[in-house]
Amino acid sequence: MRYKFLTAAFAATVALNFAGPAAATDLEVTHWWTSGGEAAAVAELAKAFDATGNHWVDGAIAGSGGTARPIMISRITGGDPMGATQFNHGRQAEELVQAGLMRDLTDIATKDKWTEVVRPKSLLDSCTIDGKIYCVPVNIHSWQWLWLSNEAFQKAGVPMPKDWNEFVAAAPALEKAGIIPLAVGGQPWQASGAFDVLLAAVGGTDAFLKVYKDKDAKFAGGPEIAKVFKAADDARKMAKNTNVQDWNQATNLVITGKAGGQIMGDWAQGEFQVAGKTAGKDYACLPGLGLNEVIATGGDAFYFPLLKDADKSKAQEVLAETLLDPKTQVAFNLKKGSLPVRGDVDLNAANDCMKKGLAILAKGAVIPWTDQLLSQDSQKQKEDLFSEFFAKPDMTLEEAQKRFAEIIASAD
Amino acid sequence: MSNSERPNQLFRNLNAKIASIPMILTALVVFVGGTAWTVLYSFTNSKLLPRLNFVGLDQYHRLWSTSRWLVSIENLLIYGVISLVFSLVIGFLLAALLDQKIRFEDTFRTIFLYPFALSFIVTGLVWQWLLNPDFGVQRVVRDLGWTSFSFDPLYNSSIVIYGISIAALWQGTGLIMCLMLAGLRGIDEDIWKAARVDGIPAWKTYLFIIIPMMRPVFITTLVIIAAGIVKVYDLVVAQTSGGPGIASEVPAKYVYDYMFFAQNLGQGFAASTMMLLSVVIVIVPWAYLEFGGKKRG
Repeated sequence: MRYKFLTAAFAATVALNFAGPAAATDLEVTHWWTSGGEAAAVAELAKAFDATGNHWVDGAIAGSGGTARPIMISRITGGDPMGATQFNHGRQAEELVQAGLMRDLTDIATKDKWTEVVRPKSLLDSCTIDGKIYCVPVNIHSWQWLWLSNEAFQKAGVPMPKDWNEFVAAAPALEKAGIIPLAVGGQPWQASGAFDVLLAAVGGTDAFLKVYKDKDAKFAGGPEIAKVFKAADDARKMAKNTNVQDWNQATNLVITGKAGGQIMGDWAQGEFQVAGKTAGKDYACLPGLGLNEVIATGGDAFYFPLLKDADKSKAQEVLAETLLDPKTQVAFNLKKGSLPVRGDVDLNAANDCMKKGLAILAKGAVIPWTDQLLSQDSQKQKEDLFSEFFAKPDMTLEEAQKRFAEIIASAD
Repeated sequence: MSNSERPNQLFRNLNAKIASIPMILTALVVFVGGTAWTVLYSFTNSKLLPRLNFVGLDQYHRLWSTSRWLVSIENLLIYGVISLVFSLVIGFLLAALLDQKIRFEDTFRTIFLYPFALSFIVTGLVWQWLLNPDFGVQRVVRDLGWTSFSFDPLYNSSIVIYGISIAALWQGTGLIMCLMLAGLRGIDEDIWKAARVDGIPAWKTYLFIIIPMMRPVFITTLVIIAAGIVKVYDLVVAQTSGGPGIASEVPAKYVYDYMFFAQNLGQGFAASTMMLLSVVIVIVPWAYLEFGGKKRG
């Protein structure tokens, strides 16, 4: 009796083994894509990877990158690495690579000619440390967008603004109609990101690079940046009634017409899509706040921790190739609202806003983003400063700028 | 026996000593060792991974010139005073009231102790909703007709820490009440009788006889409350995540944020060393008074 049982069990396992494709390997992939639009996008990646005969084990960590990254890093440094993990390409995983915990992908990259297909080139540069490639960029996310609600402006009876200055001018009318002019959620990175966007838009590309790339503290404390702080002060006044925390809740205020606009990266577009809104009709987007049409080439990338298991290492290679596959790129980026990292894919299905982004990208008006230029430490200090600035109406511009200059002076 | 005038001290109760070796090692390696390691690395410029690259007191200089840290310390002081005073006072009052041989004592005790069964995260989320101006208390009172009523502590930088303290008191007072109640029940009935015979009013009996007799209970409670104050973290994360802005930041959150979000271990270690130092400053004089003086039987 017992033997019969065992044989049956063995037969079942054997049958299972043969039922699936020969090399089915489970690979755990961690990421922080949990909002509606993001989850839809990551499902496309999982589908593509499963189609190769492997199995995508989803390791979504809720609560945005700030919460997820410490968990990912402690798993890697603590000796329990996942198969692959999302980071924003740039300097977030720099030390992990230097400590030899991440897998060198140069071989696969040369085989598949990544240097030729990935565009713009700066994306791969931020994956490269000491001449070796350590990550696969999957999308380009730019922060430089102002999302506007048509409904809100109709209700207030003012025309849709064409740039930031008109938007600021329209704020009193919006307020009178009971609408929050600008939605800024309470998470610290939102305030700090909004400031960086203002810096690139109001101050211009040169000013942006001078502050964050050259780390010129004297310039950061000077009159040109004072103008940016003046704009940030406008933003602070316009945002003072936003009582939400998460970025997608803030986006939702714009979707439902409770807020006039939001400065947020193009990932907000996924939310508009999930809500069934059409670009141009229900909402409008102004890249570079309508003042300085550039987009930053921040974004997401996958890093692969060094694993001992040979099967899993093999599966990592398959995943790396799948992520850059033209078909996956299109399916993923359409859902995500981001731009693909390949120039040679067909994006006819893209909506108005994405097409605007693609046009700017084709023109080459790109800047590196703060994730690529500053260490996490400086980023965090900046977040502390701007979340305080946005929440405290009595903090003077001079004081804020002085502290900003100090952060830039000590930045690395 | 010739050579055993006095057994070697080292080998007395040998079994017990062997049995306690694992705990001694744990205490030494984990507590003392971990603490020493943290303090040592707080003098380095370790970023994501610990590195022995000494920079002297730089991390401490930076710490004490960071406005977020100063706000955290101030918040901890306010929160500490409030939770110490109010949980002792309210806890004792509730216990004294329950001790009046009332009906349904069990029911009341359960109700008051129940919040303690909830984690700080749940407590924080519950109070986040209650104190939310659009859904909570403010909305209810406004719907009742007082339309100008305003109560939104979590969205007002200057009083947000009090909003957090309310939730902490709601959660923690029940436990303090139970400890106090146990203390009160431990007082001999005869003392009450004697006081009554002497015609001493009840409040005076409590203040001058019962409370001094409950000294050990008070010390236990004090230690429990103080430990809760220094480590407060999850309540803040659940209720406000430190907001609005940085108005409700606390030291433990600073440590976590800088160690893991900012990938700056050195700075996080410096902050945790300062937290340890503050505990030491409180504990050492107390321990000296308590244990250092004459030995009590």
